[in-house]
Amino acid sequence: MYELPLATAGFLQIEVGGAAQPARKRIGITRLHMEEDAAKALHEGFVDSAKFTYVDFNRCGMPLIEIVSEPDMRAPSEAHAYLIALKQVLEYTEVSDCNMEEGSLRCDANVSVRIRGTEKFGTRTEVKNLNSFRHLQRALEYEIERQIGVLESGGHTEQETRLYNVSAGRTETMRSKELAHDYRYFPEPDLLPVTCDEQRLEEVREQLPELPDTKRARFVTAYGITSYDADVLSATRERADFFEEVVRHGAAPKLAANWIQTQYLRLESAGNAPGNETTHKSPAAREIAELLLMIDSGEITAAVGKKIFPRMWQTGQGARSVILEEGIVKMDDASTMEQTARAILARDPNNVAKYRAGNESVLKFFIGQFMRETQGQANPQTATEILRRLLAE
Amino acid sequence: MSAATLPSSWTISSIRESLLLKTVSARELTAEFFRRIERDNPRINAFLTVCPERAFAAADHVDALIARGESLPPLAGVPVAMKDVLSTAGVRTTCGSKILENYIPPYDATAVSRLESAGAVILGKTNCDEFAMGSSNENSAFGPVQNPAAPGYVPGGSSGGSAAAVAGQLAVAALGTDTGGSIRQPGACCGITALMPTYGRVSRYGLTAFASSLDRIGPLANSVEDAASVLAAMAGRDPLDATSTSAPVPDYRAQCQEPLHGLRLGIPRQYFGEGLDPEVRQKVEEAIAMLEKLGCRRVDLDMPHTDYAIAAYYIIATGEASSNLARYDGVRYGLREPANSLREMYKRTRGRGFGTEVKRRVMLGTYALSAGYYDAYYLRAQKVRALIARDFAEAFQRADVLITPTTPTPAFRIGERTSDPLKMYLADIYTVTGSLAGIPGISVPCGKSTANLPIGLQVFGPHFTESLVLQVAHAYQEAASPLPS
Repeated sequence: MYELPLATAGFLQIEVGGAAQPARKRIGITRLHMEEDAAKALHEGFVDSAKFTYVDFNRCGMPLIEIVSEPDMRAPSEAHAYLIALKQVLEYTEVSDCNMEEGSLRCDANVSVRIRGTEKFGTRTEVKNLNSFRHLQRALEYEIERQIGVLESGGHTEQETRLYNVSAGRTETMRSKELAHDYRYFPEPDLLPVTCDEQRLEEVREQLPELPDTKRARFVTAYGITSYDADVLSATRERADFFEEVVRHGAAPKLAANWIQTQYLRLESAGNAPGNETTHKSPAAREIAELLLMIDSGEITAAVGKKIFPRMWQTGQGARSVILEEGIVKMDDASTMEQTARAILARDPNNVAKYRAGNESVLKFFIGQFMRETQGQANPQTATEILRRLLAE
Repeated sequence: MSAATLPSSWTISSIRESLLLKTVSARELTAEFFRRIERDNPRINAFLTVCPERAFAAADHVDALIARGESLPPLAGVPVAMKDVLSTAGVRTTCGSKILENYIPPYDATAVSRLESAGAVILGKTNCDEFAMGSSNENSAFGPVQNPAAPGYVPGGSSGGSAAAVAGQLAVAALGTDTGGSIRQPGACCGITALMPTYGRVSRYGLTAFASSLDRIGPLANSVEDAASVLAAMAGRDPLDATSTSAPVPDYRAQCQEPLHGLRLGIPRQYFGEGLDPEVRQKVEEAIAMLEKLGCRRVDLDMPHTDYAIAAYYIIATGEASSNLARYDGVRYGLREPANSLREMYKRTRGRGFGTEVKRRVMLGTYALSAGYYDAYYLRAQKVRALIARDFAEAFQRADVLITPTTPTPAFRIGERTSDPLKMYLADIYTVTGSLAGIPGISVPCGKSTANLPIGLQVFGPHFTESLVLQVAHAYQEAASPLPS
């Protein structure tokens, strides 16, 4: 009920200032109340959308919660960061799948500008039809510029509701205050007051998952990964759980963090690309952990790992069975490696001479040669040792 | 047993007995009631729609249970009628309105499905005032209903069709809905038993909302015992209605037969003042005297806010109605009058689909909820409602139940009050108080006027004391006119 919200006076922490000057800012939450969804207005996507708004009644009567923030955000980027932080909490707690296209997360933004240094907020407008995070940021950027333009040309902003026109990239008057509707609100008799005793609250608190902020901090301290890595890995609960499962299966945390962010997410986002119909059986955490352990122990090189990973992704097979199937020879036979090393050195007496004259950096060149020759299948450490030994002969 | 030899009046227990003795089958009994409807409904106009297919399917199910010697559910084979504001899957549900003239709901109201699972045979849907707004059934888009107990007179309303169906022996029991008196007042007018349970006792899921904080579903029957059986079959928590409570459902039929032991009968003076017909007063006083003879003690008391009940009721009920009826916009349900623009389509659909009384109440409610008037009307009415509830709470400190007349006058003639809405509203003066307070109330017949018009006695009890209210009504009914055993 509007007059008696479910919750008041909350807040969310967001990161502001970018990588250059990272800082945390507290965005106040005024209230959280429940409403019944009326319908979803569709302002675009139809041939006659320029003339008409379509109304999708499929969500009619569904309960929704409205979360009203304090006027604490000072830039479109802050609004963006706030919405991301809010979305993460809603997803972590499984309150909503936050699908903006389907309308399970929607956002209206109030915008005002004021002369630098003044205390009082300017007249605000409400911007609707913000169907994605990108639209939100663009609409706000446009609306701020528009209001500044109005004020600088001597005009004044009207309190009104504006619609973001996605294709034109601008906001347009939807209804002005003069036409403001009298909704004739009254308490809905079918919604009873909710009584929450301390025991119930305690139960809910116990069931709450670890929230994104806490998880990020724990990732940094417990796994020694960077806060950037922790951010990426905790973006969704699913991803964070996956990372931890890989580590639980024995993978080194830093390697796991790195691998998931590069190899795993690359294939995942390619798989999710629109129009991509290919099916895959992405490997389980256990398989990935095994692969990372093999790399870590030098059993295979990182290059081999990268090479076989797409196949693991396609088939869901473990690393060992892919290696077997692909016929990749593990180059850990010392005599074969020595033969290869000798051949490389024999081809290039000039550089051998340089090394022996004291130019140590030539060693790296030879290691590169060696790895190329063996298509990355050799353990670089063993290769270095062999080369160093042969050069010292 | 052939149709000619079937008894004319049936009770739930006589049906059960006959079914078990196999003197009649559920199918035969159902066919008999459809014959009666065919014969008498053109005159009484109690039914708007009959559903023989559904009824015979239910009857056959009962007959199959009997054939297999299985135990029978409590309402097995009992022919019942549903007020046409209750959703019935696949069976037209008009709410007495042109706007829903051809509306066929896709689901059953919980009360409907619970009665059917208790073995009841649903014969059809009964006439009522449009969206349950009225006290005479004259606000139906499908014509008035004749009072079977008094031809030429209204059956009361808004559950007039349900009351007439039971009084006219076209159904053994019926469901009505009560927002300000719409079960009890027609019960009184037609000379039958009519119970409004506590708010929250019966799920409202599938009841077309008029005023959601007041609407209740309850039984109309020929005896208190039968009303108790019907209530027991449908009461109880329903996850589909958040206002339905999980308070346990007692065996109302058994409990209503308990003897009265020194109960205190509260007699509120405000219900016996100006406007009360002398004949009604006399019959109610006689009933009180009889209850005293049965061992009850009379306690005269005051309920000072009674006079404000009608005014508060018509603000709260119309406010909620204006919101609830907004959904009939020509887009989602029923009638759509074509037009060149959306706004014009709304106007034409609602202009042609709604009757005069519904429009009057939507306008009243819209006004009362509008910015600038809300505090003066709606908010104030809610405060009055709280005071009326307090009157009852205080009265129940001094008395176990309250005894009042159900209506200030017996039934009036069809057409007599249609031009005077205020006079019509006063028909509910003794019933709206209990509606506002959320408590249970029952009306039982307590004699007839010299013009041979039925008079009703009302018993109110505290929240969730249906058993007590039924007990008092049953004791009175047994003493006043023992049913043939």
